[in-house]
Amino acid sequence: MLLARLTEANGAPGQEGEVRELIRTEIQPHVQEIKTDALGNLIAIKNPDAPGPKVMLAAHMDEVALMIVGIESNGFLKVRPIGGVDPRVLVAKSVVVGSKKIAGVIGSKPIHLQRPPERERAFTMEELLIDIGAKNKEEAERLVSLGECAYFSTKYQEFGEGKVKAKALDDRVGCALAIRLLQDTYPFPLVAAFTVQEEVGLRGAGVATYQVKPDIALVLEGTTASDVPGTDDHKHATSLGQGPAITVMDRTSIPHPPLVQELFSLAEDEGIKVQVRRNTAGGTDAGQIQMSEAGVKVATIAVPCRYIHSPVSVLSKTDYEGAYQLIKGYLKRLQERGENA
Amino acid sequence: MEIKQVFKNLSEASGVSGYEHGLASSIQEGCPWADESRTDKLGNLIMLKKGHGTGPKPKIMLAGHMDEIGLIITKIEKDGFLRFGTIGGFDQRVLLAQEVVVHSKNPLTGVIGAKPPHIQAPGEQSKAVKMEDLFIDVGFDSQAEAQKQVSVGDLVTLKRDVVDLQASLMAGKSFDDRAGVAAILECFRLLAQVNHAADVYGVATVQEEVGLRGAITSTYGIVPDIGIAIDVGFGDSPGLAESDTIKLGQGPGVAIGPHVHPKVHKRMVETAKEWNIPYSLDPSPYPGGTDAYAIQVARGGVPTILLSIPLRYMHTPIETLDYEDVKRTGRLMAMFIAGVDNEFVEGLTCF
Repeated sequence: MLLARLTEANGAPGQEGEVRELIRTEIQPHVQEIKTDALGNLIAIKNPDAPGPKVMLAAHMDEVALMIVGIESNGFLKVRPIGGVDPRVLVAKSVVVGSKKIAGVIGSKPIHLQRPPERERAFTMEELLIDIGAKNKEEAERLVSLGECAYFSTKYQEFGEGKVKAKALDDRVGCALAIRLLQDTYPFPLVAAFTVQEEVGLRGAGVATYQVKPDIALVLEGTTASDVPGTDDHKHATSLGQGPAITVMDRTSIPHPPLVQELFSLAEDEGIKVQVRRNTAGGTDAGQIQMSEAGVKVATIAVPCRYIHSPVSVLSKTDYEGAYQLIKGYLKRLQERGENA
Repeated sequence: MEIKQVFKNLSEASGVSGYEHGLASSIQEGCPWADESRTDKLGNLIMLKKGHGTGPKPKIMLAGHMDEIGLIITKIEKDGFLRFGTIGGFDQRVLLAQEVVVHSKNPLTGVIGAKPPHIQAPGEQSKAVKMEDLFIDVGFDSQAEAQKQVSVGDLVTLKRDVVDLQASLMAGKSFDDRAGVAAILECFRLLAQVNHAADVYGVATVQEEVGLRGAITSTYGIVPDIGIAIDVGFGDSPGLAESDTIKLGQGPGVAIGPHVHPKVHKRMVETAKEWNIPYSLDPSPYPGGTDAYAIQVARGGVPTILLSIPLRYMHTPIETLDYEDVKRTGRLMAMFIAGVDNEFVEGLTCF
């Protein structure tokens, strides 16, 4: 299954190789051109010479991870987050480290040896070391190099009422949508930019957009859902099962208002359930894409995900399908409208 | 099946304190060396390996507990999320973002969540997420659906596959104390090859984590001359004082303290030296917290010792040990048992 393969692949910002190869293989039969650039963005083009509006779908390949920044004398690995990781989600998880995929665990002091007040404070990144079972520094150094990254070893699984749990749904769900959309036929040029380094400051998207020069860009994302106990309804940002979320504004962009309006009315016409992303925090590649050259019309369509940036995030398959239907519907409308989109 | 595989299967299986019954059959199947086996009223699995020769035989009891700490559903929230309490001692900080199995009519996959960081107040990241703010997400859309499938009182276990680390190190859940059960199996395997006078009772005990209860009733029933509890001990790991820990890969900790009979201790250490089995001395000034504590005061008193398999990150789903230490513990017990005769047992009451 596409989303399973994508989420079980590993790709820290700047180390997206495994994800890139997987996507390249998936899209090869469906596009005329594939290229990579100086940063590692993977850019695929369908109908490069066709007339009409050039539409770019953008999804980032990278995920938050832990970089190995030190190897202690006892063989334990010291880490720092690459992208936003709350240290509290790291305790007592299993991970896979580096290119050799060495298994490791993140341990903590046993409860029996703690004083009760210790349980009230969070572990710090300093205390959270990876144990790969190496005897000493020398053995660890043979298995892991500084600068390599550790990833959660979570398996993709469907559960509950149409839910999926996996790591890195942010933004492999966007990658999966772009891959599926490339499989259809269009009369106009359709570009998919699988970008790098979103999680460390939207680094890849601007560079990719400069090369592609799209007329319209759709950013496909996995975004925060906060529809959980302890959170007031008005702080939910997005809710699972309420359809794909359309962004009106976030920290890095105000998506093109007529385009946003068109997506809402399309959803209404086609009977596709959608929701407004009800939070202006967080940024996406849209911020960079919109500001490329003399500006690009952009919209962000996101699949709500609970517990993003943690070892195990959750989405609803109906939202994932809804996002696909919405974008497909939009591309169909462009097609009907012809060259003057 | 190799005992290491039996151990892996046991680790990945579920058996919260009081609900261990699913485990006994796997242990029994993994122990073809026992002459007899039975379970008692609390659910303790008692396997007997008979001693050689005729006449009265010393009785030695080996105890490793098979129960694990777990969670229990306390409430079904309006959107189908589940609230829970604990059975046994959990650090609330290790629960966030864990995967779990909810043992309802049909087992359900779940994820432990909390409210997302971006809507928390500044400074909250330095505070632990409190147990009462955590919930289990089983992916239901409504309270009604959750109520159909889950009941208050359903048990929950953490879900974790065993991971092989470097050399013979392994990580997983419930190694505390299914590693002790595995050591008993390793011991029984060797006992099939050595001459031993004693009848050996290998017991997979229940309800250790909530008060050593299985050890109390099983010891009463067996009436052993010597009791050996096999549990896990704090393995060397970052942030812990060397004096609080025993080192992984250097054999079991052989306890010394009030709950350990001095002559049994002396013989155990001599056995280790004689057979070149690595061990660490494990001073235990506070005797509570393992089956040894219960075995010692059964009936008119039982000469007891505790062997501890070094284990990192106790009471988390990534407990880590060196399987060689499990084998060494089994071997040390087998060689100790081979040396026990009636004369040794009689000497244990002479102070």
